[in-house]
Amino acid sequence: MKKGFSNKKEPQTGKAATAEKTSWMKRAVEAVKRDWQLWVLVAPLLIWLYFYAFRPLSGVSIAFLKYSPFKGIAGSDFVGLENFKNLMFGASAELFWRAFRNTVAISLYGLFFGFPVPIILALMFHELRGNRRKKLLQTVTYAPHFISEVVVCSLVVTMLSMNTGLFNVVLEKIVTFFGGDYQQIHFMSESKFFRTIYTLSGIWKESGFSSIVFFAALCGIPVELYEAAKVDGAGRFRQIWSISIPGILPTIMIMLIIRVGNILNVGYEKVLLLYNPGIYDKADILSTFTYRMGIANNPDYGLSTAASLINSVVGFALVVLANRISKKFSETSLW
Amino acid sequence: MKGKMLGSKVFDIVNAVILTVFGLICFYPLVYVLACSLSNGAAVDAGKVLLIPKGFNFESYKQVLWDKQFWISYGNTMFYTILGSGFSMLVSTPAAYALSKKRFRSRKIINMLLTFTMWFTPGFIPLYLNYTGLGATNNRWMILVSFGIQAFYIILLRNYFESVPVEMEESAQIDGANDFQCFWNIYLPLSKPSMATVWLYYAMSRWNGYFWSMVLLKDMDKIPLQVYLKQKIIDQALVSEFANTIAGQQYSYNTIIYAFVICSIIPVLLLFPYIQKYFVKGVMVGGVKG
Repeated sequence: MKKGFSNKKEPQTGKAATAEKTSWMKRAVEAVKRDWQLWVLVAPLLIWLYFYAFRPLSGVSIAFLKYSPFKGIAGSDFVGLENFKNLMFGASAELFWRAFRNTVAISLYGLFFGFPVPIILALMFHELRGNRRKKLLQTVTYAPHFISEVVVCSLVVTMLSMNTGLFNVVLEKIVTFFGGDYQQIHFMSESKFFRTIYTLSGIWKESGFSSIVFFAALCGIPVELYEAAKVDGAGRFRQIWSISIPGILPTIMIMLIIRVGNILNVGYEKVLLLYNPGIYDKADILSTFTYRMGIANNPDYGLSTAASLINSVVGFALVVLANRISKKFSETSLW
Repeated sequence: MKGKMLGSKVFDIVNAVILTVFGLICFYPLVYVLACSLSNGAAVDAGKVLLIPKGFNFESYKQVLWDKQFWISYGNTMFYTILGSGFSMLVSTPAAYALSKKRFRSRKIINMLLTFTMWFTPGFIPLYLNYTGLGATNNRWMILVSFGIQAFYIILLRNYFESVPVEMEESAQIDGANDFQCFWNIYLPLSKPSMATVWLYYAMSRWNGYFWSMVLLKDMDKIPLQVYLKQKIIDQALVSEFANTIAGQQYSYNTIIYAFVICSIIPVLLLFPYIQKYFVKGVMVGGVKG
């Protein structure tokens, strides 16, 4: 049995036993022989994944260190859960929980106001008569999706600026027209406007494009159902309510679950472009919080990593949970 | 019955009106920006331009196009977009093909790893240290490689390859074709539209992305357009409120920004009508199944 690896040299002795013991090896060798070309095809991806997806995972250990850039990961002192304690109950707790609250709040704004818009849009497009008109309007509503976040945010900032921004100018005209005295609104520096601005600009940019999924689902509903309903005397609203919406309900559910699963995953890109220190109390989210802690003049890598680790772990758990639920509901899952 | 018909007509009209208004809302900001960029700065700042340019001139565009840094950044963006998306496709397509084969034993575990990378991020600091550790700071080529792969697009391609009937491959194998030949001679020609879709997605995210380029690239001669745009507009927006109108000029701070924005989105807007069908297709293929 010891010579499991050398069975090739003496295939005549104990054939059956050796074959059984080494069958997994043989299978492995055969698998490689058969699949080596596929392995070659997938190899570049594996190399990339190693360097850019798994190598950074070792950096997660920084969350448990008092990290010093000069000493590196191996040389820094291990402090256990110190960073986590500091974030959740200690000196940084206030800022951390504020960022946590803001992240959830921004997601919920998107969920309540942003999520229904593409569905309604898809339903309306589905009812629209005239193919040319439909195509044209759909194309127009997709367009903002292709404009970069930087450009969108630049426009938002410029149009909402004081004195010369479009919104202030138009509001001023309206108010003075009615004989009022207009006070300039500083949209970008008052925290109460931030979530609305973030959500509305998101709706403007993405709802057209997001409607595609629902529209595709609507196109999959058999026309006979609508015809039968018409014969039975169902009006347009009734058709939408009893045929269209039930028809796309699985799609709605899945998209909803994905949204809920992603509640903690709000990226830094957009917030970074829209916020400023004056409105951190409403605008600072977990990802921007960790980013700022990482690039500050006096960066605390340990604390920043701990914060993003909490974010990632809870976020990942939510996604997995959401996927479970989705599987149960619709036998469709994300993976 | 008549009442129903009338109700249906009213429904159609109201529906069309609301959708048209929504379409206008989506489109109007672009029209406004274009009109302003072609107008006299003072007129824009006074809110006189809403739809049609007032005091038509190209001075703002001159300010943008005479700026050397603008062209440098534009060139960089082209570089990152063309080579970057090329690199992405070179790695993603063969991998997606291998992962689409049910007979490939290890595909399950690789798929799982891929999905994991999509949903779990190590956080800013670990990523940052990894990039800098691999020498991505201020390095064009490493920027190309570092942000080359997105799991979602590989899964999109894989789903497509899976939908090709197995018989295609089997008949080729009977003729003695190996995996490379199958991939190259049969699957690639078949999947041109899907590859175009994924390629465009990759190109789009390169063209529009700014975050890591902003963090990693320090030299002005390496930054892409989006980073330059951000520096120019977002970082200086507050300053502008003090130095709003430049006396005696045709342009103002706002009109320059608008001209800048138009110049940066023109290639996308010109191509958009032709390429949008590929993006729509991507949503359909990859859609929910992910």
